[in-house]
Amino acid sequence: MNYSPDKYGFYGDFGGAFIPEMLYSNVELLRQNYVGIIESKSFQTAFKKLLQDYAGRPTPLYFARRLSEKYQTNIFLKREDLNHTGAHKINNTIGQILVAQRLGKKRIIAETGAGQHGVATATVAALMGLECIVYMGEVDMARQAPNVARMRMLGAEVRPAKSGSRTLKDATNEAIRDWINHPKDTYYLIGSVVGPHPYPDMVTRFQSVISREMKIQLLEKTGRDYPDKIIACVGGGSNAAGAFYHYLDRENVELIAVEAEGLGVDSGQTAATTQTGSKGIIHGSKTLLMQNEEGQITEPYSISAGLDYPGIGPLHAHLFKSRRGTFLGATDTEALQAAFELTRLEGIIPALESAHALAALKKIELHPGENVVINLSGRGDKDMETYLNHLDEYNNDKNGK
Amino acid sequence: MNKIEQLFQQKKDILNIYLTAGFPKLADTVKIVLELEKAGVDMVEIGMPFSDPLADGPVIQHSSTEAIKNGIRLEMIFDQIREIRKHSQIPLILMGYLNQLMAYGEKAFLEEAAQCGVDGLIIPDLPVEIYQKQYKQMVEDLNLDMIFLISPQTETGRIKLLDAESRGFLYVVSSSSITGQKADLQQAQKSYFDRINRMNLRNPTLIGFGISDRKSYEAACRNASGAIIGSAFIRALEKEGLLKQHVHDFVKSIRS
Ligand SMILES: Cc1ncc(COP(=O)(O)O)c(C=O)c1O
Repeated sequence: MNYSPDKYGFYGDFGGAFIPEMLYSNVELLRQNYVGIIESKSFQTAFKKLLQDYAGRPTPLYFARRLSEKYQTNIFLKREDLNHTGAHKINNTIGQILVAQRLGKKRIIAETGAGQHGVATATVAALMGLECIVYMGEVDMARQAPNVARMRMLGAEVRPAKSGSRTLKDATNEAIRDWINHPKDTYYLIGSVVGPHPYPDMVTRFQSVISREMKIQLLEKTGRDYPDKIIACVGGGSNAAGAFYHYLDRENVELIAVEAEGLGVDSGQTAATTQTGSKGIIHGSKTLLMQNEEGQITEPYSISAGLDYPGIGPLHAHLFKSRRGTFLGATDTEALQAAFELTRLEGIIPALESAHALAALKKIELHPGENVVINLSGRGDKDMETYLNHLDEYNNDKNGK
Repeated sequence: MNKIEQLFQQKKDILNIYLTAGFPKLADTVKIVLELEKAGVDMVEIGMPFSDPLADGPVIQHSSTEAIKNGIRLEMIFDQIREIRKHSQIPLILMGYLNQLMAYGEKAFLEEAAQCGVDGLIIPDLPVEIYQKQYKQMVEDLNLDMIFLISPQTETGRIKLLDAESRGFLYVVSSSSITGQKADLQQAQKSYFDRINRMNLRNPTLIGFGISDRKSYEAACRNASGAIIGSAFIRALEKEGLLKQHVHDFVKSIRS
């Protein structure tokens, strides 16, 4: 099986660049240049140096002893939460800002859901002295307020997206509109493995550092360079793509993607794309998305702003259809439980997004002696308000047991 | 030859007005199109409201959201067009996004469109390469005109390709902006239009995006076979008062 896109950007049936003509020249400029830029020596040197000295890579692969005892298996956490700015998102923004510079672009725009990608973009824009505008749904600006404050401190302008469900999908629409209106000087720095080709491939390449490090770290810690299972949450799918990348061809490694079920797959308040979606086009990519029978894209829901998106990247749609990936879901409640569990067992407060990956531990068969890697995509600082609102439930839970 | 091609043979300074189906009220589509024709408009573009209209500006997006709230569906739009066709032979273009066609079934959609009396299609997120491979044969067999867009960033070779694949006319995006932004047609635009006019394209051209008043319409007519007006017309429909009056007042404000 081939997991790289063909020259039109298709992974099997999914991908491509379904964009209005007004975006064609910009997307084409990127398509023609991204591989050459990324593979150049000067880029690689700059990229690696920034990942190491600025972002703090490699991130640790931590053996979670108490969590492992509880689930009777060997659980490792890939600590993307320890990156500068608090999530895996910085791997991608460092890569793309270096691409933007090499394309001579002066103005950076981005969309953000949880605000992690917005913060990571505002951070690298500050680092390079570039103007930065971040589109964020109004609902997300309220529930991820600390990240709005960080972006502003970093000098970015945060513009509210006020249409639709006022979340990530709408922020992405606004960013694309901005790009259409500024075709010359602007670089659109997408935050996940979504959007028109070549974005899904480019972002996957930048995030693949996660599984590159995992191979070395697993070899050191377990004597094998691969685990039995890898679990990652999927909003658009960038942290999952990065965690899976170097194992896509290793059929003996089970790749488990966890989507946000919100209030439940049948509740109408969900973001579980593979369970409730169908083939269509969203943000320039042919992929799986949530829509009604008229092709109107559904407004998704999840407690986690970073997973509150009605599509998934085309690579993941391909992994789902080809059955290379196992797709599961976790509800708001299950994610909250998993977040409190990790916090109390390991002293690590995860992002709500990452908590969905942790929640999968209760849903899969685990065996003693197996090695399971969970990609801990980010830290929970931004989610403290949500967590504190549920603190009593979990304190009571604990006392009751 | 279909109605669009005939129109361009017979007339200059074409005025093509865009409206969103099901807006302001669900059943207004037929009334508005018939009044537009009475007011002297040459061609009408009917937008199929979409939840995520990437190529449209805030005014058209808002009208689409309202129309979806009103309960508009593709079947209803086809019925409205059938109703229009009982009274009018004005050239009609259907504008929408590829996801809507996919959800309906592309073949079924194209057949239904042709059958109910649509003459042309604008699908801004349909790449020309995909069109050639998957849809061109069907579209041409149904005698529908597929209309492609070009923008100031479109290179000469690609303009030729888009012209070769377009039927009816070529849609010239006035500036690299989404619909509804004021365009200053006088200056930077001029060299872009001149460049296109020197190319001797096989299709006539209409200028769209940002055409909002008599001045910009007349400028478009000096540089192309006419203009497409969308957002400015939608804004006029949003005013208080009689719909019929708004339509006639608007068209009069563009050309008398
Ligand atoms: C910590 C964290 N994990 C995961 C995600 C989801 O994005 P993706 O699926 O692209 O990894 C986000 C998005 O904001 C995030 O902040």
